[in-house]
Amino acid sequence: MTEHIIDIKHLSKSFSGKEVLSDINLYVRRGEFITLLGPSGCGKTTMLRMIAGFLDPDEGEITLEGNPLVGVPPHERPLNTVFQRYALFPHLDVYDNIAFGLKLQKIPSDEIDKRVRKVLKLVSMSDYEDRDVDTLSGGQQQRIAIARAIVNKPKVLLLDEPLAALDLKMRKDMQIELKEMHKQLGITFIYVTHDQEEALTLSDTIVVMNEGRIQQIGTPKDIYNEPVNSFVADFIGESNILNATMICDHKVSFIGHDFECVDEGFGENVPVDVVIRPEDIYIRRSQSGTQFSGTVVSCTFKGVHYEMFVDTDEGFEMMIQDYNAFEPGEKVHMLIKPEDIQVMKKERIDNVIPATVGKEGTIHMLGENFECSTEGFSEGDKVLAHVSFDKVDLEDDDEAGKTSGNVSFILYKGDHYHLTILTESGEKVWVDTDDIWDKNDLVGINILPEDIRLEKAVENE
Amino acid sequence: MMVKKILARLYIAIILVVLYAPILFIAIFSFTEAKSLGNWTGFSTSLYASLFSGQMQNSSGLISAVNNTMIIALIASVIATILGTVAAIGIFNLHGRKKQAIQFLNNIPMINPDIITGVSLFLLFVFLHFSQGYVTVILAHVTFCTPYVVLNVLPKLHQMNPNIYEAALDLGATPMQALRKVLVPVLRPGMVSGFILSFTMSLDDFAVTFFTRGTIGLETLSTFIYADARKGGLTPELRPLMTLIFLIILVLLLFFNVRQAKMHKENV
Repeated sequence: MTEHIIDIKHLSKSFSGKEVLSDINLYVRRGEFITLLGPSGCGKTTMLRMIAGFLDPDEGEITLEGNPLVGVPPHERPLNTVFQRYALFPHLDVYDNIAFGLKLQKIPSDEIDKRVRKVLKLVSMSDYEDRDVDTLSGGQQQRIAIARAIVNKPKVLLLDEPLAALDLKMRKDMQIELKEMHKQLGITFIYVTHDQEEALTLSDTIVVMNEGRIQQIGTPKDIYNEPVNSFVADFIGESNILNATMICDHKVSFIGHDFECVDEGFGENVPVDVVIRPEDIYIRRSQSGTQFSGTVVSCTFKGVHYEMFVDTDEGFEMMIQDYNAFEPGEKVHMLIKPEDIQVMKKERIDNVIPATVGKEGTIHMLGENFECSTEGFSEGDKVLAHVSFDKVDLEDDDEAGKTSGNVSFILYKGDHYHLTILTESGEKVWVDTDDIWDKNDLVGINILPEDIRLEKAVENE
Repeated sequence: MMVKKILARLYIAIILVVLYAPILFIAIFSFTEAKSLGNWTGFSTSLYASLFSGQMQNSSGLISAVNNTMIIALIASVIATILGTVAAIGIFNLHGRKKQAIQFLNNIPMINPDIITGVSLFLLFVFLHFSQGYVTVILAHVTFCTPYVVLNVLPKLHQMNPNIYEAALDLGATPMQALRKVLVPVLRPGMVSGFILSFTMSLDDFAVTFFTRGTIGLETLSTFIYADARKGGLTPELRPLMTLIFLIILVLLLFFNVRQAKMHKENV
């Protein structure tokens, strides 16, 4: 199981100047079911298409069993792909669709016959060989697409969101069948999806991607229980993500209380993020043995459990799942166990924006001139401008801001939103705000002179 | 209510009469011997007989004009179908502005009056010292037929699943094999309708042919009839010829429509 079948090293790709994959390093073990998971535009499909050979990387290498793949045309790669919308050949019937690859290999027709029948049985479509592919349902077409790929006995099977076009019930059934097929065939599967639940159900290994970078690689359990950053925590499952301070080893403070935890090695009084899954918060009517209290705001039945939003006495909103219902308005008490608190290093504690000192009292950053105190610096100096997350002001009217940008990511942190803004100049600014914004909103950005603190940039060029 | 219905029927009837009366007129008068159109001298099939036996004045001219027309139409529409399909695939793979620009350029020759296409091609051939004849007529027909093929193939490309070409490569087909075994069969309906359209366009073209055929005496059906009419009166055998061409087109059209209806039914 430990032998690598595919190695990807320093893979990068840009489309018309926009980087979609940057410095990807990854290996795939022989026989494993690996899933590339991420929101749309994270680069997962681009990566799959490069493995299949439909795209060439700008930089980096891909090897299959040690042999370089880059430059080998797709029809010479011993890999097969299952496409998102099946891509069956409409002018051929089921049998000829499946036999397409085998006929090209000039395999004798009696062997083709044998192999086609075998895969048809595997995908439970035995009596369909003469059917026109247009007459099949979506689920049936997908089975034929899978059969058409695996009949060639590829070394690796690539699956590009193969179940995305199916309805929920069908999707669940196909998930089980895919997992079963993977076990039976022993072929390595590389699976691309944006559906975190699907990834958790199917995979041996999950690769979480965002904005062209790998965020975390791990087993489904690792990824769910120990997300490495707030993006992964937010993307996989439901979660409460909160600002916290690591007081010392095994002690962390958030929502106005100190909690015992199992994490160590962060240092003392270090700002961190914590993740608490909603099912890991214990909710009680009696106060004994609990750590903090609050009032139920809403309660929704979700089939097996109830999902409740609770405002704590300190003003933080928490999502809690429990088998018991608590009515809105009810006073409740909560408890979090040490092992259920996942502490994560903060990716950043404030905005650090590269800038150039301009004429007296101004600096140039984010493509605009900002006023601030430039004492101690002279014109032309390269500096880093520090701005706290809560000191960036957002305006409804993008014209009212010094510069403008689009809201690209929203994270709720219990009592405020943490937004990622992609500015006009292509840089990122992070903002803490109480106001509600929507993804892709166009906003104006203002920063007051007194909120900018300059630091000499480290010369490295 | 009743009056409205009658009026509606009458309206349709008038339109149909106006549309088909000339053809009907020719068809009826193909069964009489009279030299000039409009004189009925009793039922006779002798015009058909002389058309097929070649026993008529000017017969060699007419027969060779029909042959020329068919050969030119066939060659031009085959070339246009190939060129148009390749062009459509190219246009389909373009993006944004470029795509719009090329599509716009493709549309111009279709809107451009034939007379302008004809004269400008004539000037071009003269400028290039191209001796005019068969080749220039075919080239000219290819230029005005190709955009129609592009227009017929493009929708098929848009309907096609964008991944099927890649799927063929993925299953081990070389780019040429993928083109032959997957792309062409999928685009075939568009190519066939583009071909038929090109064929009929080439068949009845007069203006472009007239200006590009040169002085070697190449006649197609349309230029032959034009010259014939100027000499004084149409050759009577043209009447059965027109009738037959109309019937062949009608049968072809019925055949395609029935087949399409059948295929549609099977899919449902």
